[in-house]
Amino acid sequence: MSKKITNTKTDKELIIEILLRLADDRLIHGHRLSEWTGHGPELEEDLALANVALDMIGHAAALYRYAAVIEGNPDEDYYAYFRDDIDFKNVAMVELPKGDFAYTITRQFLFSVYSYFLYEKLIETVENEQFNGMLQKHFKEIKYHLRHSREWVLRLGDGTKESHERIQNAFDEIWMYTGELFSMDETEHTAIEKNLFVDVSELKAPWLEFVKETLEEATLSLPDDDQYMFTGSRQGRHTEHLGHLLAQMQFLRRSYPDADWK
Amino acid sequence: MTQDYMNTKQTISKSKIWSWLEEVIDPEIPVLNVVEMGIVRDLEFEDDNVIVKITPTYSGCPAMNAIELEIQKKLKEKGIENFRVVTDYKESWTTDWMTDHAKKKLKDYGIAPPEKTSANDDFLKNLKGSQKIVPCPWCDSMDTFLESEFGSTACKSQYYCNDCDQPFEHFKCI
Repeated sequence: MSKKITNTKTDKELIIEILLRLADDRLIHGHRLSEWTGHGPELEEDLALANVALDMIGHAAALYRYAAVIEGNPDEDYYAYFRDDIDFKNVAMVELPKGDFAYTITRQFLFSVYSYFLYEKLIETVENEQFNGMLQKHFKEIKYHLRHSREWVLRLGDGTKESHERIQNAFDEIWMYTGELFSMDETEHTAIEKNLFVDVSELKAPWLEFVKETLEEATLSLPDDDQYMFTGSRQGRHTEHLGHLLAQMQFLRRSYPDADWK
Repeated sequence: MTQDYMNTKQTISKSKIWSWLEEVIDPEIPVLNVVEMGIVRDLEFEDDNVIVKITPTYSGCPAMNAIELEIQKKLKEKGIENFRVVTDYKESWTTDWMTDHAKKKLKDYGIAPPEKTSANDDFLKNLKGSQKIVPCPWCDSMDTFLESEFGSTACKSQYYCNDCDQPFEHFKCI
């Protein structure tokens, strides 16, 4: 059982927790996107998905590296390779299997819109210079991810009968995992007081507005927002899929912990 | 500061070290060096250490590791024994740091250079607007179109010129 999180965390523990939450979302999502490398529907898209994956893994690496400096760990690899599923704090949405191309695009779109509004607010809020510098850098790249996925939502939604159906199904299936993006826990409330985080529940309205507009333009219908929403991943209670992903991602490094490129 | 770096064998000025760093070439864009790219941000002496501050161009840029190794190799080759290459995140890299000279070299190499970024752009509004026009680096035609937001590397997008029927890459501005 994970311990109940109380607001007795020290400032150091708090910033590490926030860095890891942001980083875990991006590492796991990046890993899922990287699964398309060599399997994209066309060469340009293969490159695009691989590039977005690289960006996200790069964002995670920078955040982990900073956490490692604060915590006194040797490097970022510790967080990626030597933690178990219960230690990962990513939202469940990003760990779901990649599905078809429409599914991958839908997830990337929903997550990129969320990241856009989240980073925009975080940059206004976070006082820590190094942390803020990273956020500003990542924000520029998130804009490219948003533009990329939005255009595909339009293209697939307003495309053929087949592509329309597939992407509508993807929105309907993923929707129950969007609730977690905007739910707040004790850690986050405490982090807000220290100017390390923002109230994500306030991001829901602009997020929904943007998604709704895009779906209308793409001739798609907005899924019912008043439905059962998955919760618990931020506290380490994940879907079964994360364990399988980690087994694949961590196997080599755990079997040969000192492996080097030399 | 005009203070020099000293070790048992030599006294070296900062400008000398800057000129050595200019010999380090970006592995993905072999016409530009890491100083012109704006990757090397600062050079400091700390006791008998040379501290080179670098900033990543794109977060996912796989060349960053290679660039760091190349800088280390160069300093060693020039006889500097004590140095550290530090990644600094305080300021985030922007294509505005690229010199005009560097942009010209990019164009001559066949990559459409980045235009000036504007902080006041309303990103969400522009998303729905028309695509910006990037002139062809080969024939300067404005009749080009975006093929893909992502090209052979994270920093480039893929365009096509309708006039000279050539594909070309555009260095994205961030």
